[in-house]
Amino acid sequence: MAAEKMNADQMWLTMGPQHPFSHGLWTLRVKVDGEIVTDAEPEVGYLHRGWEKECEQRTYQKIIPMADRLCYSASMTWSHLFCKVAEEALDIEVPERAQYLRVVADEICRIQSHLMWLAAVGTDAGNLTIFLWALREREFMLDLNVRLCGQRLTTNYPRIGGVRNDMPYYFERDCLRGIERFEKALWDIVKLTDESSIFVGRVKGIGYISREECANLGITGPAMRGCGVDHDIRRDDPYDAYGDMDFYVPVYKDGDAYSRFRVRIEEMFQSCSIIKQAMKKLESIPKTAPYRLKVPKAIPEGTHMARIEDPRGEGLMYLISDGSEQPYRLKVRSPVFVNVSASKRMVQGVRIADIPTVMAMIDMCLGETDR
Amino acid sequence: MAYSSILNWIINRDDWVNTVVNGVDYSGIVNMSPYAGYNLPYDIGVKIWESLGGLIAWLINLIFPGNPVSYTLVSDPVTNAMAIILMVVVIFAIGFVVNLTMIWQERKFLGRQMDRRGTMIGPLGYFQCLGDGLKTFMKENVAPRDIDKKIYWWGLTLVIGTSVLLACMIPLSPRWYIVDFNTGLLIIFAFFALAPFLIMCAGWAQNNKYSLIGGLRAAELMISYEVPMLILFAATVYMTGSFNIGDIISWQENNIWLIVPQILGFIVCVVCAVAESERVPFDLSEAEAELVEGWQTEYAGMKWGLIMLGDYFRGYVACALVCIMYLGGWSMPIISSFDWYYQYLPELFFVLKTCFVFIFFITARGALPRVRTDQIVNVGWKVLMPLAVVNLVITILVKWFIENGGVF
Repeated sequence: MAAEKMNADQMWLTMGPQHPFSHGLWTLRVKVDGEIVTDAEPEVGYLHRGWEKECEQRTYQKIIPMADRLCYSASMTWSHLFCKVAEEALDIEVPERAQYLRVVADEICRIQSHLMWLAAVGTDAGNLTIFLWALREREFMLDLNVRLCGQRLTTNYPRIGGVRNDMPYYFERDCLRGIERFEKALWDIVKLTDESSIFVGRVKGIGYISREECANLGITGPAMRGCGVDHDIRRDDPYDAYGDMDFYVPVYKDGDAYSRFRVRIEEMFQSCSIIKQAMKKLESIPKTAPYRLKVPKAIPEGTHMARIEDPRGEGLMYLISDGSEQPYRLKVRSPVFVNVSASKRMVQGVRIADIPTVMAMIDMCLGETDR
Repeated sequence: MAYSSILNWIINRDDWVNTVVNGVDYSGIVNMSPYAGYNLPYDIGVKIWESLGGLIAWLINLIFPGNPVSYTLVSDPVTNAMAIILMVVVIFAIGFVVNLTMIWQERKFLGRQMDRRGTMIGPLGYFQCLGDGLKTFMKENVAPRDIDKKIYWWGLTLVIGTSVLLACMIPLSPRWYIVDFNTGLLIIFAFFALAPFLIMCAGWAQNNKYSLIGGLRAAELMISYEVPMLILFAATVYMTGSFNIGDIISWQENNIWLIVPQILGFIVCVVCAVAESERVPFDLSEAEAELVEGWQTEYAGMKWGLIMLGDYFRGYVACALVCIMYLGGWSMPIISSFDWYYQYLPELFFVLKTCFVFIFFITARGALPRVRTDQIVNVGWKVLMPLAVVNLVITILVKWFIENGGVF
């Protein structure tokens, strides 16, 4: 600090932890020269609650609802990920019906998580209409969650070896209707954002990250695909029934906030297509087919790893088991925790007004970041 | 004394005020009025004081029969003085009600745009603002310790004060005004341009980085919209040949609404008016996404409530200015030629037109995200400014053709 040359033109601005742009408890300290940001430093950890340590005190079955609590809007993928790592350890194949149900549930979760992100983008850009329209559409997705799992957010749906329950009556009809309706409604929001020159002017050309930096910083998910890296675990390392699905991975090469925005919007349309395909496949599987396997309570000794395409990036769980009914160690790799470390690089050179829009494209979720 | 000379000037000004307004002779309706013409708020003030002061005088007279105080209270000079005070109260009250209506209108319209209901308390949700005001009023009056106290309080007071003053200075009709300045429009513009300076001071005084940035943004915003606005203003004045609001409107009534020859100016003016009232696409100085609440960050409780109220007053004034400069003010195309129009309706139609212009503001707020500081300066100097100049040129050409017998 003493060696640093004193510069009275610049000042540190502490944005957070209680700040409208930080969706959750985190701080972005930025150094500003007038309106231009010259340096930044993210601070996370306000929401640390010892999740990984708590898991060591619980049996595997009891960790599933806890995994829901990792991220409020991507709860399905996190509990899915935990079940997946346990299945890797047990070396079992999930029944086909459960695989497709998981795909449907995952994609519903992805859509509603992206809609939550879109809503946050709306408020960060200063428009409440985007926020409310996106949240309205999200409610329909949450209604589908309620039909399928009985809960809006913390669904507690996947089980080790399958899913908790089969589709309820008429879920297929409701789901397809909801998706059809959503595809139309999303176009309305796209008109409000992507076709609005003011909105595009706000997000285009800011928060640039190159392909190499993206790899060096370990950015994953839509933020990575916005930098021109064509990688999606659903396609490149397919899990469950994703191998049977026909979808494309949106990739944009610009590496700015706008390309991350476009990637997420297109992912929502792709998710709709995946849900439709999975629903069609589910028709051909007899309803009496099993949707859950009976699995032992204890997991054999060893280390196991599983990864999944979370709405925010690559979610990864690393499990060390000692052969008992409780994990010895369960490590979570949170995509947001890694992505937020790039915030310094992203906001350098932009204006203060751009910080919320750039950071919104990371889609912060502090539950999984701080664990 | 300066004060008495100003008063004398106001009182003895029948040389430049026309008592015959739109064919109705208002002279002699109120004898002691400082206004040579008929002034409705003053008349209401007289009526209120005649009943209120008369009641007090009567009660005092019951206890002390024949006392001089009672006679003084209902004497002409006291009635006149009280009527002027009550007139200001009446004008402010009506402005306040219009303001509340616009807040309600915004919340209801915005609610519909966002697919929600908007305000719900009272008939059609009209009383929600009153409830919100009461709730804000109940809050503790907190001020930070390390502030520059004088500027903190004076900045706030003057920002709100100029906004309220502006709202009171807008005439609603030929008979509804406080002072009929010959330079009315110029003074309104001058007071309008004062606020960013006060906002900058208030932002600086709060000893808060967000407020500082917000205050400086207000100045940055001002240099981008104030210049085109003044060029538009010059075009209007050139066309109508007067700074007086009444004259501008009667010119439009006699000839044509200025929106027709100056449609370009109207569009630019609406954009500038949104910026002038610091509403959503241009509310950079209070951008809540990045600056918490901008220059208002440290103004808690009712101080913030009053700032919000002042903001809406400014929105009302901005809409009224658009209305005066382009939409013919209180005149209406056909019906204002009837006698009964100027007896009953001009104020109502003026307010309705103002609310109509406000719909543009609300729609812009619902549809557009906030622009960035460099973008607003770019738009101000590269788009609005040339358009305003083009508008001025068109105005000059039109005026030249009219004065030289026209091209037809």
